[in-house]
Amino acid sequence: MTETQRYSFFLGCVMPNRFPNLEKSIRVVLPKLGIELEDLKGASCCPAPGVIRSFSEPTWLALASRNLALAEKAGLDIVTGCNGCYGTFKEALHVVHEHPQRLKEVQHILGDIGLNYEAKTDAKHIIEIIFEIGPEKIKELVVRPLTGLKIAVHYGCHLLKPSVLRPWKKTQRPTFLDELVEATGATSIRYKDKFLCCGAGGGVRGSNVPVSIDIAREKLDNAINAQADAILNVCSFCHLQYETAQVQINKEIGEMKYRLPVIYYTQLLGLALGLEPDELGLNKHLISVDSVLNKVLG
Amino acid sequence: MSDPIIREIIDSEEIDPEFVDLLVEAGADRIRTCIQCGTCSSVCPSGRRTAFRTRELMRKAILGLKDEVLSSPDLWLCATCLTCLERCPRQIKTTDAIIILRNIAVAQGYMLPQHRKASMKLLETGHAVPIDEANMKKRKDLGLKEIPPTVHSHKKSLKEVQKIMKKTGFKALIEGTSKGAQQ
Repeated sequence: MTETQRYSFFLGCVMPNRFPNLEKSIRVVLPKLGIELEDLKGASCCPAPGVIRSFSEPTWLALASRNLALAEKAGLDIVTGCNGCYGTFKEALHVVHEHPQRLKEVQHILGDIGLNYEAKTDAKHIIEIIFEIGPEKIKELVVRPLTGLKIAVHYGCHLLKPSVLRPWKKTQRPTFLDELVEATGATSIRYKDKFLCCGAGGGVRGSNVPVSIDIAREKLDNAINAQADAILNVCSFCHLQYETAQVQINKEIGEMKYRLPVIYYTQLLGLALGLEPDELGLNKHLISVDSVLNKVLG
Repeated sequence: MSDPIIREIIDSEEIDPEFVDLLVEAGADRIRTCIQCGTCSSVCPSGRRTAFRTRELMRKAILGLKDEVLSSPDLWLCATCLTCLERCPRQIKTTDAIIILRNIAVAQGYMLPQHRKASMKLLETGHAVPIDEANMKKRKDLGLKEIPPTVHSHKKSLKEVQKIMKKTGFKALIEGTSKGAQQ
């Protein structure tokens, strides 16, 4: 906290190209925690661990390694706000660390575009570096406690699994995100199937919309039944899923049944740090967050 | 004396006994230890609402029912949530096995049109989900650079990414010009 930390900020696809409001909230909130972000210029799709990796694993590894090599060149660790990108980088590093031959293959491919790669950089999730600062420190920074706000926390899958390749102490039912939510003064509520997938990954959202949306609906129903004021996430793809699923279901049934605000962690934290909703991109949601703002801002 | 027991052998022309070796070699190293307990199916979010059964997929893959597995749309119902991989009592990397199966399926030309479309976008723009007009405006309103500082802002980087995808055979694979995809 006393020292400024610096990271290569990897955006991915969904965050900059569909939900730039989440990107905005990361860019305004992290500096307040002493974290500086440097753009990873020229980065591509991570590429998606369940989609592109499913089609051509060698292509996935080569492109992921290129993004990691760009961070390595900048002399920084890579940080991302998307669970999918996080999963890709964690797994891509694991593959080349475990299999020196694969590293050589990748080095050969990257050598062709003049990039050196030693797989020495580390990949982190923004929630990981926020948790390193710690809930206690965050509590001290809160100027607008979000007391009374009931939050259904959604971790997402690739943030936690495979657990052997993740930094979290608890491999089952972790609490770090709940602790960070409660540091803002909000309450993390208990709800059914809290660790259920959002249903977007693995190419399911792209190819089988009814199944994908039905998984999201189940989770939204569980959060709504537990009287959540909002569902909170730390992944641009989960965020996309929960927002667009509600819009799509409402359209299908012809009524505005689903209107559960979907909030990204840095947006929630930003509110607690006293930032204005518009600065945090809270005015750019598909599902209005006014009910949350009314409760918090009074 | 009663008649001797006749040995029952599953015999089918559909079975490729070497198929499982291919999967093991590609990294699904414990797949043969599957005891068909069904833990994978019981934790599967897609299996909750469809007829997709991970256990069935594993069994067929181990048996070597290659064409049936590779051409099955069920193969694409896995959301890669990794819950089955975490819970498997035999520590089989179930999700990895599915990804390996998918890679083989795509190499043989079994690919869903929506997935080909997303791959085409990656080939063209370097993003599986590229920017559009509405989001350029959204970015501007938010005070962000209208075009994100990714391959979208750096033509040279896009060329590099495209060069990599050509080299790994992704371009030929997606455009259907690779040897495998013509089968």
